[in-house]
Amino acid sequence: MTNGWVDIKNTDLMLIMGGNPAENHPCGFKWAIEAKRNRNAKMIVVDPRFTRTASVADKFAQIRAGSDIAFLGGMIRYAIEKERIAKDYVVNYTNAGFIVSNDFKLPEDEGVFSGFDEKAQTYDRASWNYAGAAPAQNKPGAPPALPLMPEKTEFDPTLQNPRCVFQLMKQHYSRYTPEMVEKVTGIPQAKFVELAEMFTSIREKGDMKKVATIIYAVGWTHHSFGTQIIRTAAMLQLLLGNVGRAGGGVNALRGHSNIQGATDMAGVFDTLPGYLKVPNPADGSFDGWMKRITPKPSKPGNWDSFNYYGNTPKFAVSMQKAFYGDAATKQNGWAYDYLPKVDRNYSWVQMWDNMYNGLVKGIFAFGMNGVAIGPDTKKNIDALKKADWLVVGEIYPDETSEFWMSPGITADEQKKIQTTVYRLPCAGFAEKDGTFTNSARWLQWKNAALPVPPGCRLDQDIVAQIFLKVRELYKKDGGKFPDPILKLAWSYTNPASPSLAEVLKEINGKTAVDVEDPATKAQLKAGNQLPGFAWLKDDGTTSCGNWIYCGSFTEAGNLTARRDASDPSGMGVHQNWAWSWPANRRVLYNRASCDLDGKPWDASRRQVWWSEATQKWVGNDVPDFKADSKPADHMGPFIMNAEGVGRLFAPLGAFADGPFPTFYEPIESPTDNLLHPKQTHNPIAKKFKSAADKYGTSQDGYDIVCTTYRLTEHYHYWTKNNPMNVQLVPEPFVEIPEEMAQERGILGGDRVKVESARGEYIAKAMVTKRIKPMQINGKKTYQIGIPIHWGYRGIAEDEGKTAKTPANMLSPAVIDPNAFTPEFKGFLVKVTKV
Amino acid sequence: MSQATLRVQKISGHAGSVPGEDTQRQYTVAKLVDTTTCIGCKACEVACVEWNDMPFSPTTFDNTYQTMPETRWNYWNLILFNEHEKEDGSLMWLMRKNQCMHCAEPGCLAACPADGAIVQYTNGIVDFQQDKCIGCGYCISGCPFNIPKFNKETKRVYKCTLCTDRVSEGLEPACIKACPTGCLHFGSKEDMLVLAEQRAKQLKDNYNFPNAGVYDPKGVGGTGVIYVLHDATQPELYGGLPSNPTIPLMVKLWKGPLKWLGNVAMVGGLIGLFVHYLRFGPKDRDDAPQEGAKP
Repeated sequence: MTNGWVDIKNTDLMLIMGGNPAENHPCGFKWAIEAKRNRNAKMIVVDPRFTRTASVADKFAQIRAGSDIAFLGGMIRYAIEKERIAKDYVVNYTNAGFIVSNDFKLPEDEGVFSGFDEKAQTYDRASWNYAGAAPAQNKPGAPPALPLMPEKTEFDPTLQNPRCVFQLMKQHYSRYTPEMVEKVTGIPQAKFVELAEMFTSIREKGDMKKVATIIYAVGWTHHSFGTQIIRTAAMLQLLLGNVGRAGGGVNALRGHSNIQGATDMAGVFDTLPGYLKVPNPADGSFDGWMKRITPKPSKPGNWDSFNYYGNTPKFAVSMQKAFYGDAATKQNGWAYDYLPKVDRNYSWVQMWDNMYNGLVKGIFAFGMNGVAIGPDTKKNIDALKKADWLVVGEIYPDETSEFWMSPGITADEQKKIQTTVYRLPCAGFAEKDGTFTNSARWLQWKNAALPVPPGCRLDQDIVAQIFLKVRELYKKDGGKFPDPILKLAWSYTNPASPSLAEVLKEINGKTAVDVEDPATKAQLKAGNQLPGFAWLKDDGTTSCGNWIYCGSFTEAGNLTARRDASDPSGMGVHQNWAWSWPANRRVLYNRASCDLDGKPWDASRRQVWWSEATQKWVGNDVPDFKADSKPADHMGPFIMNAEGVGRLFAPLGAFADGPFPTFYEPIESPTDNLLHPKQTHNPIAKKFKSAADKYGTSQDGYDIVCTTYRLTEHYHYWTKNNPMNVQLVPEPFVEIPEEMAQERGILGGDRVKVESARGEYIAKAMVTKRIKPMQINGKKTYQIGIPIHWGYRGIAEDEGKTAKTPANMLSPAVIDPNAFTPEFKGFLVKVTKV
Repeated sequence: MSQATLRVQKISGHAGSVPGEDTQRQYTVAKLVDTTTCIGCKACEVACVEWNDMPFSPTTFDNTYQTMPETRWNYWNLILFNEHEKEDGSLMWLMRKNQCMHCAEPGCLAACPADGAIVQYTNGIVDFQQDKCIGCGYCISGCPFNIPKFNKETKRVYKCTLCTDRVSEGLEPACIKACPTGCLHFGSKEDMLVLAEQRAKQLKDNYNFPNAGVYDPKGVGGTGVIYVLHDATQPELYGGLPSNPTIPLMVKLWKGPLKWLGNVAMVGGLIGLFVHYLRFGPKDRDDAPQEGAKP
């Protein structure tokens, strides 16, 4: 979240789309209700179904799963057309006035941006740049590099230049008319206009007082263009001047209690902790790597840009010191050679595809149920059959640890499976201490509530003991490259059971020498914990496992364990409750909550402001800005971008599939792409080519749009083992529209079979008014929904009450080119009564 | 909230004075359920089952998100889910937390013939005392909300206690504590009515619900659970909430005029007997049955 859970209470208007927080985040949803109760805030919900969230919304529209960009693009067009944009904000805090390279071309009818190589199905992104950039300098032998952004960008403050970002954007979304939105999304024009009118009304006559927020979850990420849906929302929020402001922002609700922490700590293969980009083989050296990933400012000449990622070498050197301690020296390029170099896609679906193809021989499955959570369950089960070994750390027997129990595998076949399975009983969440990082970026320490049951072990103990054993083997037997293992820093009091408090201290980092801050004269002694990332150095005197977590465990102690609920400003900042990254800041980009002179847009919601008296930025929150940058210097509020401003146009390598989001149909869709007739799907979304990977079409009879989701009564694939949850919702089901049920003679409670090109799912029908038939491109189209919580192990399953078909038997293996997330939503199926 | 032990103000099937009557007054307590901010998450259901240590009872899929069709002897708090299509074609998904309403004039208590099996405390909580329950089930027919449920094994009837154990210690009921959105409130009836009216006004003024209102039916003397409804003119939409619940006529007659008549008849009979005795004296031994007439 750019903002935080509690901050939602400050909003005037919510657009909740791609998420169902009342269902999946009922506790956090409290703040949405608070905004309604205390501020008379309005709530718009757009979803494929009338959800629990919709039940308390002021306006609801049913959208076809996967058509979100068409809807949001229509909103952008509407806001521009009705001049409901935050003019000063857009001109000064976004790149709207930046002039774009003449080589850049919009997709128009072709459906692809400039630089598309049709044969290779890839983009050369060199033209996705501002005007005036020098061509790329390619090293012989290395893969082609992208050019840099120009140091000084051309700029038109009137936004009239036809090659400026604003005009290109206006042109790009000009085809997203209400008529078009209706045909693509199924939302009637009048309804769409009603919603667009309400949402943009907060900028009526350009008044800046009101604030709207956009709230989403995996309903936006689970698409072959998921990242671009979120981009579209961010652009809309920038246009309306809602980013950086209390009650505003673009707010991702994370689906697990610590999924934010997982991504912060490099849960994705192409990042290191703190979102540093991983090195690749072409970088060659630490310096080469730093050169590629450290941006230089790029801005209009008379503006200033903080370009905070200019500090990347400090973050990276300190991280290497945390990883390798004394073994990381200036001479050996801070142990650059020890880091793995990523030369290809190692994302989730790709790994399982590699296992299916015999390339990956084994897998450690901890904290997740791999078979059930990935797309195309059958392919994943077949992949495990081919693996040599599988290690599962779990608290229940599950679909992964007992993959051979999947329906359709006979006793004879079971005997032929040669995979060696190691099942390690782990500790449950209540048996561990440590931090959860929530959606609001708060690190909250928790204590263990119960002892670990006999025979079970903590996850960190298992990992540590495996590491120690591997290190011992390397010591004894040597190996091709033992150094990264032998020289790894492992200075925990109990190496076989590292305390998580010690790990957090290590992540926070410390200084190796006495040091004084020249500005504040604050002093640290050698060995002191660092108070924040401003202290990080690139000379090897500081260590820090994750720069964005620096400041969480200081000499003052474990700040994540703080529980002071006081809130002097009344704005839900709660500065002394737990600790929020970065720098205990609660709302990101909060400089943008002020006008050019540093005065809050809305005096009743003061977050930060420029103090003339102290010549500093001060406030109720920690200013997300250079503390002494005078408003007159015109430093951009988006300090993590080299431009210092928000990107309506995302240049160069920022996104794989285009600098502006444009609408593509899901990989399986019931209609042509009306916005880009020549290019139906995201041209660079990755489909897979194994025998298991089949994609259906409406011509083959797969003509119903299917989406998948969770229920509040269950937690993923766990609670099917808990009688209380099973009592609340006992069995799997399929939600189908009343009209469709009538046509097919299906009554509520009848068993139905849902088939996709990949597999089938059998469950009872829930016939409901909450999903209506839609008119898509003039054709009546049905949409159905499936909650995902069941499989072949659990109370109902073991009692033989279900068909034991996991929901992901149906979903396709295809991934978004930026985040590599599979398309769990908006695929095609057929439905028959069993 | 008083920390003192709960005091009884009404007792079922009981003649004579109520022990401790008028020695101490307490606030009448009430739950406020704002159906317009309920998201049907069932946290209250779970909290109720867990706090009261209820055994799990199996459920089956029934074409709804609702856990079970109606409350059970061991499931006292149930959210009712109703899909309602408005005249303009738009949809409402109404969710109402259903439980004992703790009526000021409880039909169950009126109907109960067992001395002390149902009591009403001075704070308004209506509570079943299973050790005195005779399992006749009259309370079930006396309730206009279909709440008390019979347990075939124990032959007793059960329902929500409004967490008397918690309330008497100054805590809110378990369901209230568990509610994540704050759609549930607990306090004095007076305060809850103020809150409810404020919310109803807000719904009328700002959220386009001209018929928003508070449900506190007079037919049962008002209730210890009051609702804010989007449309107070149609409470039936919310899982059949009766628009004007009353104590069933039979119970009223039985415990009112009929009871009086019965008493008159009984006392009259006794008086008649006495008068007859005075006038005609004891029955004559000569009328004793003859030998051999006994079968």
